[in-house]
Amino acid sequence: MSRMRKLLIPGVDKKLLVKDATKLMPDLTRRRFISGGASLGALTLLTGCDVLDSDSAESLLAQVSKFNDAVQAWLFNPDALAPTFPESMITKPFPFNAYYDLDEAPEVDGKDWKLEVRGLVDNKKSWTLDELYALPQVKQVTRHICVEGWSAIGSWTGTPLRDFLKLIGADTRAKYVWFQCADKDGYNSPLDMRTALHPQTQMTFKFGDEILPRAYGFPMKIRVPTKLGFKNPKYVLSMEVTNEYKGGYWEDQGYNSFSGS
Amino acid sequence: MSSTMTSATPTLDTMGEVSAKPTKVIQPAWVRVMHWINAVAMILMIMSGWQIYNASPLFNFRFDHSVTLGGWLGGALLWHFAAMWLLMLNGLAYLITGLATGRFRSKLLPITPGGVFGDLKAALTFKLAHDDLTIYNSVQKLLYAGIIVVGIVTVLTGLSIWKPVQLHWLVALFGDYPTARVIHFVCMSLICAFLIVHVALALLVPKSLRAMIIGR
Repeated sequence: MSRMRKLLIPGVDKKLLVKDATKLMPDLTRRRFISGGASLGALTLLTGCDVLDSDSAESLLAQVSKFNDAVQAWLFNPDALAPTFPESMITKPFPFNAYYDLDEAPEVDGKDWKLEVRGLVDNKKSWTLDELYALPQVKQVTRHICVEGWSAIGSWTGTPLRDFLKLIGADTRAKYVWFQCADKDGYNSPLDMRTALHPQTQMTFKFGDEILPRAYGFPMKIRVPTKLGFKNPKYVLSMEVTNEYKGGYWEDQGYNSFSGS
Repeated sequence: MSSTMTSATPTLDTMGEVSAKPTKVIQPAWVRVMHWINAVAMILMIMSGWQIYNASPLFNFRFDHSVTLGGWLGGALLWHFAAMWLLMLNGLAYLITGLATGRFRSKLLPITPGGVFGDLKAALTFKLAHDDLTIYNSVQKLLYAGIIVVGIVTVLTGLSIWKPVQLHWLVALFGDYPTARVIHFVCMSLICAFLIVHVALALLVPKSLRAMIIGR
């Protein structure tokens, strides 16, 4: 565990991490992604570029995805709340979902664990779990929507992230809060600041009134009901307030970065 | 492309009706251009949509990889959310032009149950005439008007499952998120069913296909 943390914490070679991450997506799959496009000759007419040239098709799609980030940021209403549900509607059992099996999920020792805080913040002190548990918490029952299409209603309890950002003196004019996690091969994800400041965005310590179990991200998950599931990092080790777009585990593989609900 | 240009000769009045001379334009240029843009956009949306479906199937089957687009979920999502702009902008332009020129009203209305059953019976007994391609029979009217409605519902359910928080009022119109997702799938299925009939009939009556390409 401690070795893992050293690997993921400051000064980590991000490129190496990404390289590891992309290994998970077989080369064959990537090639299929392209050939899928090539089979549609009609597209040449639309794009004016030869889709057989995989790079141009891929970069065109990446550009549209960036455009879609901007459209979604424009559509995002910081006051629009995700619908909440009665506890009777909670999905049981709530699904475990990751790019690894449950027995490969990180086993974080709560006594050793400290949340590291970096970047554009006044107070960079690390936080123990007991210190975080002492912060005021709220419960919310919301729908978790996965990029795969399925959804499930869960109950998450924790501290609004915006309260914590205020507490540590974060520069909330910065563009992102970037999370790094303990998942195998490294997991990380950037969250745009407006979403980080959304009233329902939460540092989650409990699921269904119980201490967050290993399956759902012990010791801490970031619950963002205005984003798709993969933008809700689990097993969080550190957060960094930054103006720099540092990419993310899935974002780097092609999932739309904003992925707002 | 040159044929598209020549057929745009000023034989049309504003109602999309056709003057007798020199040649009868069946499909005005804007209909043809938007039809084929829509065809490409629809195929991209359906094939990438099938790949997205495969990531978490609603039913007990998956679409074969040979008919999907994108290769994996991430690639399919990129295609789907790129082609959606083509589909939505072209669809919006089509709806506005169709309403503003009165073409929808003159071509697709009225639709009466008697007319539909009568023409359906004639079609099934191979007695339905289509000498004049500028006039739609009742079954065509029903299918073409129906597919426009299905297309609109597809886009609205698609927007609902894309933005279930920002557009929660739209989601509420369909019930909830999972229901909107199922309706989105059902609409896709209806479009596919329409496509099979539509393409089969266009091939059976090749002059209708010609009209959609060169206008006459």
